[in-house]
Amino acid sequence: MKTILYIVQKEFKQIFRNKAMLPLIFALPLIQLIILSNAATFDIKNIKFSYIDNDNTSFSRALIDKFEASTYFNVVSNFSSEKIASSAMLKGDVDVILEIPSYFERDLLKNKKTDLSVIINAIDGAAAGVENVYINQIVRSFNRNAQAKLMQPSDLINKPKNITSITSFWYNKTLNYKTFMVPGILVLLVTMITLFLSGMNIVREKEIGTLEQMNVTPIKKHQFIIGKLFPFWVLGMLLLTIGLIIASVLFNVPMVGSLGLMYLYTSIYILVILGMGLFISNYTDTQQQAMFIAWFFIVIFILMSGLFTPIESMPQWAQFLTEFNPIKFYVEVMRMVMLKGSSTVDILPQFTKTLVYAIVMNGLAVWSYKKTT
Amino acid sequence: MKRFIGFLKKEFYHIFRDKRSLFILFGMPVAQIMLFGFAITNEINNVNIAILDKSEDVTTKEIINKISSSTYFTIEQFIINEAEIETIFKKGKIKAVLIFEKDFSKNLIKENNASVQIITDATDPNTASTISNYANSMLQKYQQEVNKSIEIPYQIIPKSRMIFNQELKSVFMFVPGVMTIILMLVSAMMTSISITREKELGTMEILLVSPLKPFQVIIGKVVPYIFLSIINAIVIVLLSIFIFEMPVQGSLLLLGVESVIFIVNALSLGILISTISATQQTAMMVSLMGLMLPVILLSGFIFPINSMPEILQVISNVIPATWYIIILKGIMLKGVGLAIIWKETLILVAMTLFFIALSIKKYKIRLE
Repeated sequence: MKTILYIVQKEFKQIFRNKAMLPLIFALPLIQLIILSNAATFDIKNIKFSYIDNDNTSFSRALIDKFEASTYFNVVSNFSSEKIASSAMLKGDVDVILEIPSYFERDLLKNKKTDLSVIINAIDGAAAGVENVYINQIVRSFNRNAQAKLMQPSDLINKPKNITSITSFWYNKTLNYKTFMVPGILVLLVTMITLFLSGMNIVREKEIGTLEQMNVTPIKKHQFIIGKLFPFWVLGMLLLTIGLIIASVLFNVPMVGSLGLMYLYTSIYILVILGMGLFISNYTDTQQQAMFIAWFFIVIFILMSGLFTPIESMPQWAQFLTEFNPIKFYVEVMRMVMLKGSSTVDILPQFTKTLVYAIVMNGLAVWSYKKTT
Repeated sequence: MKRFIGFLKKEFYHIFRDKRSLFILFGMPVAQIMLFGFAITNEINNVNIAILDKSEDVTTKEIINKISSSTYFTIEQFIINEAEIETIFKKGKIKAVLIFEKDFSKNLIKENNASVQIITDATDPNTASTISNYANSMLQKYQQEVNKSIEIPYQIIPKSRMIFNQELKSVFMFVPGVMTIILMLVSAMMTSISITREKELGTMEILLVSPLKPFQVIIGKVVPYIFLSIINAIVIVLLSIFIFEMPVQGSLLLLGVESVIFIVNALSLGILISTISATQQTAMMVSLMGLMLPVILLSGFIFPINSMPEILQVISNVIPATWYIIILKGIMLKGVGLAIIWKETLILVAMTLFFIALSIKKYKIRLE
């Protein structure tokens, strides 16, 4: 026990003496939490909207006024011809072009039906889909008002049937995206910092040659490993704490569930990541290699974690693969506990899997660590 | 020159002898492109929902049938009262509940109006609002079918045309992003680490006292990574063309030139990082934490820049990746030429020169 304490002491001293690293370990992740949580939103706002009004009547202008009034659209310009409009689209100046045909009003009155043509830049397919929905909503409501004015009693022989739907959004009534992203990005930062630091730590001693000195001391294998990893475990918990404070003070993210459960889960989760880091550093010779491998896995884990994109939309085989992704469990647990107040019973599946993962990972790491080179 | 070639050889040996890094260097782009192409999408499909049908009549059964046959929703379970909603939401699997009111058919026929309640788990706001949109449009479609016999006068019908990506494939959106992120990280991170490595191990001193000029040392360090990055870029473009049928509408040559500019830009950023960090750990933290997340999140790779707060839109302008992504999308999907993307190109070149100038200024020939 005493030996472990000494190693822990040494590690902490090394961390705190490295004046270049210290701000990187603490400040960088937290600044990122603050900045990036604001950036990560799938909300579609300020759509660059333009129009070609071939009708130029008060009726067509009323439709355009509807778009101007909407908060989703940002009316950038009006074009005189489709040619000019498409070149603006190529340059990326506009994303949506609405073309109102000539005789728009006349056709509606005469033929009782008229078309509008809409061109949407669909490189970002998901955004294009949403933009299309917004456009349809605005046109529909404009249409409904127009109908109400134009309809004669004779038009209404049969009353159409109507299905109304009311949507309610639970747990996040205002659909605030930050509430969703902040816990996720916090997970990412805790994971990245602990994995990179633990992954590079032992291999650094290897590379510099000081590991050999440690190996010839009477320090036992388990003492060495515990002593090496414990400081990073503390660091991870500390980062979580600061991150949670920022989340609640700066972003007003609610903490509906139990804080204790959150910490209990995190304490086991960090063990998984540390075990992984140790395992990587056992199988590499240089810091460059270690970091590269850590980076490889972390990018894949992040992308497959449901942090940015939904897991349900993935094909079956990919969904199955995510069952081996510890970051996925943590992201889920964090969001469930913080935002919905899920209890221990609700997160039991994730909890058990993480625990098994921790045991297997650390077992492998300890087994593969050799005192001889 | 001969000396320089010798040095260059040494650098290539370093890289090719390190099989593990090499594997990742080339495996990474392939793995990422595959994941983005086959697994990851920001579309929303197969959402698990539950249904609370209080009337269980012909109409609701018909609507439920329509819902279960769509690809958007998977009906996971039927519940019998509202109290269950809280419990199933907390388990996390089910994202929405549709509630059909009592006497749905009767209301629809007699009063011409029946209502459905859609309750969504909005912890994920994007999924929640998309679910609501999907469900609404399905209900509307059904309503239109019911009203088929009635002609409603004065209809304005918007006809939308999706250009540049008719099928709304999300891989078209992701390929330029993945390419950018890989080139950025491989070039910037690898160079910064390989230079600081020599510093940390003390071999930099040996290189500096050698007859090689300092700039030759730096160029020698950078050249191998230019090669590797170009190979990576080619692999990514080939994969996206042949596996994901991503078009390259514009000129391949222009695509190549722009990519080289971007690679040089990332390399000069890497050199800059190496001049300000003393250990590999610092270099790695700066390039990973300082580059990776901003490049993923602020460059328009996944999240639209237009929707960000004003100040972040300004910040996104100083990230080289933002411009490169615009260029890539322009050439590959829109088929534009230099006439349209000259501004973006100029910005990338200017940034590159700036990074190079700054690193020359910061570069120290003597060790402290």
